[in-house]
Amino acid sequence: MKRIPLSALLGLTIVAAYFLAAIFAPLIAPYGMADAVGGVWEPSSAQYWLGTDSIGRDLLTRMIYGGRTTIAIAVAATLLSFGTGATLGFTAATLGGWVDQALSRFIDLIMAIPSLIFALVVLSVMPVTVGTLILVMGLLDSTRVFRLARAVAVDITVMDYVEAARLRGEGQIWIIFREVLPNALSPLVAEMGMRFIFQVLFISTLSFLGLGVQPPMADWGGIVKENKDGIVYGVTAALYPAIAIATLAISVNLVADWILNRTTSLKGGRNG
Amino acid sequence: MADRGAETLLEIRDLKIEATIYPPGEPARDITIVDGVSLTLQQGKVLGLIGESGAGKSTIGLSAMSYGRGGVRLTGGTIRLSGQEIRTASHAALRALRGHTVTYVAQSAAAAFNPAKRLMEQVIETTLQHGLASRAEAEARAVGLFAELGLPNPKTFGQRYPHQVSGGQLQRAMTAMALCPKPDLVIFDEPTTALDVTTQIDVLAAIKKAIRDTGVAALYITHDLAVVAQVSDDIMVLRNGKMVEYGPVAQIIEAPQQDYTRALVSVRQIEHVEAKAEGEPVLSVDQVTARYRGTHFDVLSKVTVDLRPGQTLAVVGESGSGKSTLARAITGLLPPRSGSIRFCGRTLAPALAQRTRDDLRELQMIYQMADVAMNPRHTVGTIIGRPLEFYFGLRGDEKRKKIQQLLDEIEMGSGFIDRYPAELSGGQKQRVCIARALAAKPKLIICDEVTSALDPLVADGILKLLLNLQKIEGVAYLFITHDLATVKAIADSIAVMYRGEVVRYGAKSDVLAPPFDDYTDLLLSSVPEMKIGWLEEVITHRKMESAGN
Repeated sequence: MKRIPLSALLGLTIVAAYFLAAIFAPLIAPYGMADAVGGVWEPSSAQYWLGTDSIGRDLLTRMIYGGRTTIAIAVAATLLSFGTGATLGFTAATLGGWVDQALSRFIDLIMAIPSLIFALVVLSVMPVTVGTLILVMGLLDSTRVFRLARAVAVDITVMDYVEAARLRGEGQIWIIFREVLPNALSPLVAEMGMRFIFQVLFISTLSFLGLGVQPPMADWGGIVKENKDGIVYGVTAALYPAIAIATLAISVNLVADWILNRTTSLKGGRNG
Repeated sequence: MADRGAETLLEIRDLKIEATIYPPGEPARDITIVDGVSLTLQQGKVLGLIGESGAGKSTIGLSAMSYGRGGVRLTGGTIRLSGQEIRTASHAALRALRGHTVTYVAQSAAAAFNPAKRLMEQVIETTLQHGLASRAEAEARAVGLFAELGLPNPKTFGQRYPHQVSGGQLQRAMTAMALCPKPDLVIFDEPTTALDVTTQIDVLAAIKKAIRDTGVAALYITHDLAVVAQVSDDIMVLRNGKMVEYGPVAQIIEAPQQDYTRALVSVRQIEHVEAKAEGEPVLSVDQVTARYRGTHFDVLSKVTVDLRPGQTLAVVGESGSGKSTLARAITGLLPPRSGSIRFCGRTLAPALAQRTRDDLRELQMIYQMADVAMNPRHTVGTIIGRPLEFYFGLRGDEKRKKIQQLLDEIEMGSGFIDRYPAELSGGQKQRVCIARALAAKPKLIICDEVTSALDPLVADGILKLLLNLQKIEGVAYLFITHDLATVKAIADSIAVMYRGEVVRYGAKSDVLAPPFDDYTDLLLSSVPEMKIGWLEEVITHRKMESAGN
């Protein structure tokens, strides 16, 4: 067992702190999520650590609940995009032929449309709930996962061990999940960190534009939106979510880098 | 240049070479790759370095230009080139030395040439870089070398791109590249290993002639003792980074002192008495013609062969002769365009998808590269256990017991069941692949070049194992190979393939007895023999052939 490098340790600590805060939000938040407890845009004090927001709610409370919403949606959307993208990508690569062509061209088509515009159009006609958000974000991002998964799997399916499995008469399920998946895992796991961060940014963007998480529910993009007017008066409230997103992004990437390093061996041997 | 005399060109004393390895999940540590090797090379002489993979022969070869590949460090001893110590020499001194005084010929010329540049550019590159000659002089010298190495149209050969010439020609072009700056020493690193036997001879003869004509000294690295015996004056046998035996060719070949050398000399002398072609064939390939999708020529053309139960049919030929395609047609990976394949008395469906599970089970395959034939993320137990589970529904203890039994059959112990392929040696990997095939209780195993990626001694072990298993299990082998020595060792019948057709087919004794057709003769005469002067014999014999025609 190699020692965990400092950068990864730092990343792990921060990621863990964010996730714990998100999970135990109701226990650690000092006030209720939607309670107006003070004046408008009060500066930070012993009572309100980060001050209050545009309508007098405690900003720390909002940040903790906001993180809960943002992280939960991003995690769910990432899992959905990897589940769909990887399965379809592996299927396309192992079946090949017209299945591959049809899937790949369809994905190209979706990727040709900017995801934000696509999401805005879909969300403006559909009821905006947490469920639809996850679905739209997850499916849109699955196109990127599909590309990666297919590319990795194409390299694996030409290996003799996959041919040996085909000659044995194995079905698609075995070939995808037992032959291809274990060998495609490292690049996918590393990519997962990246995609998770993009989901955080995506949901924040949507909320900022007003088509994401709806008030009074808190989320980081929403907090920026609610407090952006304060920047003109020197109120820093809108900057906290930005800092939170940035630190989370960096930390997740530090962890992802470490995982990639640990699981990829340049010599091509077995990796822990 | 014969007047160079017997001056010492290269003298290596107590060479020690180390490297750092990074095993996954463990701290990095230093290992010694070469330990206490000493050698002396006179000007104009050829020293053969021989050993199996991991013996350190390439590493020692490269140390002659004070170079360590892939983080390898030359940590001890002295390397003197023309009296100069070069192990500790400065970078500038080494730059002047490499590509000028000492040059290098790599194993895979195809990977060593830049595909985007014409051959001439690359052949004279170092000569120009070192300022040894003007462009016109360098090109004239290159043309001379092309002619000397027997390349076609020497004047215009250099205008071609690497992909426009054959593998054997490319290897000779690389030799020209190494000889162009008039070096004192050339390092040949397995220059003929990747070539077909028939091509190997031409390249070998060209290299030998070029060495003699230019009076250059050479280190010749190979794993094939028969090859090195043709070109060297002295031979050093290496094993695990240590010297085993060092002496003149005649002594090493005719009177080896060490057990290991004796084993190397006597390799490929397995006796196998040919069985009579009796009984209903287990496999009948009848008039099979096949081509790859999107192409317009037949890779297989009306191939007809039979294989009796419990016997071995060897399919021999050079690369591109269609022998592996025949395997793909039989396994159903490439459905034939016409003709039929009968297996165990029933006609096989052309495509894999239409075959029954019993068809698949009774026809197993073993691959050339055991490395990529096993999923690196599966344990040996999973690899061997899967056919048991898949075909026979074995589970739990019953399965584990059967896996154990198979591991015993391939002469591997119980400790291997939970290991991963990366933790096995090349020979062990191939054994596990054999066990996986046997687990299905097949009637026929297709062996596609199963020993060609292995060291000779290891390959011998695999062949013996296959012969033993054939006796016990009564399984038939379709043995695809380019190596006639292997064929002689194991076959009952032989099919010689050339450009997609079977040009000679019959019992082993018939196929290997004269009169030969031209191609079989060429193939047979090209197998290197462990005998000094064999190369000259073959070349003269060939000249007579062509004079007679």
